[in-house]
Amino acid sequence: MQPVKLSLWIGLMSAILLLSYTAHAKSPEEKGLEIAKESKQRDIGWGDSETTLKMILRNAAGQESIREVRTKTLEVVNDGDKSLNIFDHPRDVKGTAFLSFSNPVGADDQWLYLPALKRVKRIASRNKSGPFMGSEFAYEDLTSFEVEKYTYKFIREEACAGGNCFVVEQYPVDKYSGYTRRVVWIDTTEYRTWKTEFYDRRDSLLKTLTVTDFNQYLDKYWRATEMKMVNHQSKKETDLIWDEYLFNTGLSVADFNQNTLRRAK
Amino acid sequence: MLLASCVNMKVFKRVLPTSLLCLGLGLSLPAMAVDISGNTGFEINIYEDEGQFESQDYRSNLSFAAQPEFYWEWHNGDNSLIFTPFFRLDEQDEERTHGDIRELAWTYVNNQWEIHTGIRKVFWGVTEFVHLVDVINQTDNVESADGEEKLGQAMVQLSRATNWGIFDGFILLGFRERTFAGEDGRLRPQLLVDTDQASYESGDEDKHIDFALRWSHSVDIFDVGVSIFEGTDREPILQVGLSNGEVVLTPFYQQVTQIGIDLQATIDNWLWKLELIHKDSDQDTFAASQAGFEYTFYGVAGSTTDIGALLEYGWDERGEDASSLSQNDIYLGTRITLNDANDSTLLMGFSYDVDYYSRSFIVEASKRLNDRWTIALEGLFVDASNSQDPSASLDQDDRIQLTFERFF
Repeated sequence: MQPVKLSLWIGLMSAILLLSYTAHAKSPEEKGLEIAKESKQRDIGWGDSETTLKMILRNAAGQESIREVRTKTLEVVNDGDKSLNIFDHPRDVKGTAFLSFSNPVGADDQWLYLPALKRVKRIASRNKSGPFMGSEFAYEDLTSFEVEKYTYKFIREEACAGGNCFVVEQYPVDKYSGYTRRVVWIDTTEYRTWKTEFYDRRDSLLKTLTVTDFNQYLDKYWRATEMKMVNHQSKKETDLIWDEYLFNTGLSVADFNQNTLRRAK
Repeated sequence: MLLASCVNMKVFKRVLPTSLLCLGLGLSLPAMAVDISGNTGFEINIYEDEGQFESQDYRSNLSFAAQPEFYWEWHNGDNSLIFTPFFRLDEQDEERTHGDIRELAWTYVNNQWEIHTGIRKVFWGVTEFVHLVDVINQTDNVESADGEEKLGQAMVQLSRATNWGIFDGFILLGFRERTFAGEDGRLRPQLLVDTDQASYESGDEDKHIDFALRWSHSVDIFDVGVSIFEGTDREPILQVGLSNGEVVLTPFYQQVTQIGIDLQATIDNWLWKLELIHKDSDQDTFAASQAGFEYTFYGVAGSTTDIGALLEYGWDERGEDASSLSQNDIYLGTRITLNDANDSTLLMGFSYDVDYYSRSFIVEASKRLNDRWTIALEGLFVDASNSQDPSASLDQDDRIQLTFERFF
């Protein structure tokens, strides 16, 4: 009878341990991950979209310059999204186009089309932290959000522009990221990111991104209409203003290859 | 206006293809709006010395160029028409005062198929200093020292993107002769090239129809292309001849079969590049390659500046007998990109000919001045004292070129 008694004891102990573990409040890491998964979950199924983005670059002296980019994006479930960006302004880069296949883990695949030479160049996507078109946005700030790209830590809940927000720290998994961490404010009702603080490799505050407003599409998906990035170190700013998004425009994988990149207009 | 000219053409019973094109355009005209862009600019060249040949006794040159682009699309972009004329006016060299239709082509897209009909430009390849694989378009040699400016080529191109890569087929209708500097031009061989005396291996001369096929694909970190070209060689063999009692060079265009392979591996900071060709003709059969890498240091010293280091090696099986300037040459370069709002970039390149010990140095810098204007500075410095070396004729053509361009 002795062995049976022992195994009974072990079983009972394990059950108690397991129970107390699940009954316990989740760890900040678990809660952070849960919030990330939920916000991704709520943004699944939008299919494809097209929009026009206007960027206003402002230097420390307040001088402005304008960029205009048309964007086509295709959602690829269980993989990274595909996007095609076509530059319209300034005029000397008109016709330049940028094709990007985002990968959940590891480097993205990126190609640039240079219209003067009719040349497609594969570019090193190691360049995540580099500025996009001379703006305060890095390439990595503009790629699609994938849960696997970060590890997480829930910090607190507090009032924010979107009502009540989760404050979560996100630590980039990719060693080539320009940041040690991002702190995001995500509202507790719709899981929209209202504010992001970026900390550089020395862990000092580099940039703050604030979203002014969101639009809801297809009765489900939220897209920012206007946001502002302020670089605290260089004192430069970049505003992003989006045109209305068009969804379900009929884009497919066939619209994202080097042929479509070459004839992008 | 387009419709009016089409109607006129029909009235005058012009050639069938024009009518067909007009019919196609006319049917869908209501939805069409022209998109006009392009650039005009002027260029100033300052030479360190007067040239080594007669008629090169000047040290500065002024030039003006314009390249507008007209673009129409209809059927939601499934059909489009592009027209890009080009014109240059040159103070010194009458051969450089020239015009060209860079593009005049109709594109039809259907699912994964693309058909391009008309005059177009197509680029193949991956390396930076020499482009071996790129054979579709003729080089507009008077336009730039680096040979990257091309003449428009008439073609029918069929293209299909599949899961196994992109397949391209080309029927190249007619041949464009390479342009060469005139008597008063700089950057030319000692003997003038008399393009009026161009000769051809093919009895069809410049009406020979060439064919090309290409397959290209991206797999993981690799971008690969394999191509075959059969037709009139874009690079002429320069033969000694006579013109009005004077010794000149006359271009001879042979028939060739060229197989090309281009490969790039993109690994973190590294771009590894290879171009390899095998060219077969009645006169010669040889292989040549251009291979190397580009390594980029991103965000140097906490700034947004990227600094790239480039190294390439050019090899030609024919060795010193090669017509190419890159038969046994080493290329070293650095590319500095500020990633600022003005897109400021600087490229410096140094090349060394291991056979002839000649050296050349190039600098290319450019930035945006404002919403409309850009400025570019280009320097070319050649040190070639061995008279056997084809680049010896450029020994006194060291120059700085300043270009202002306005975009619209």
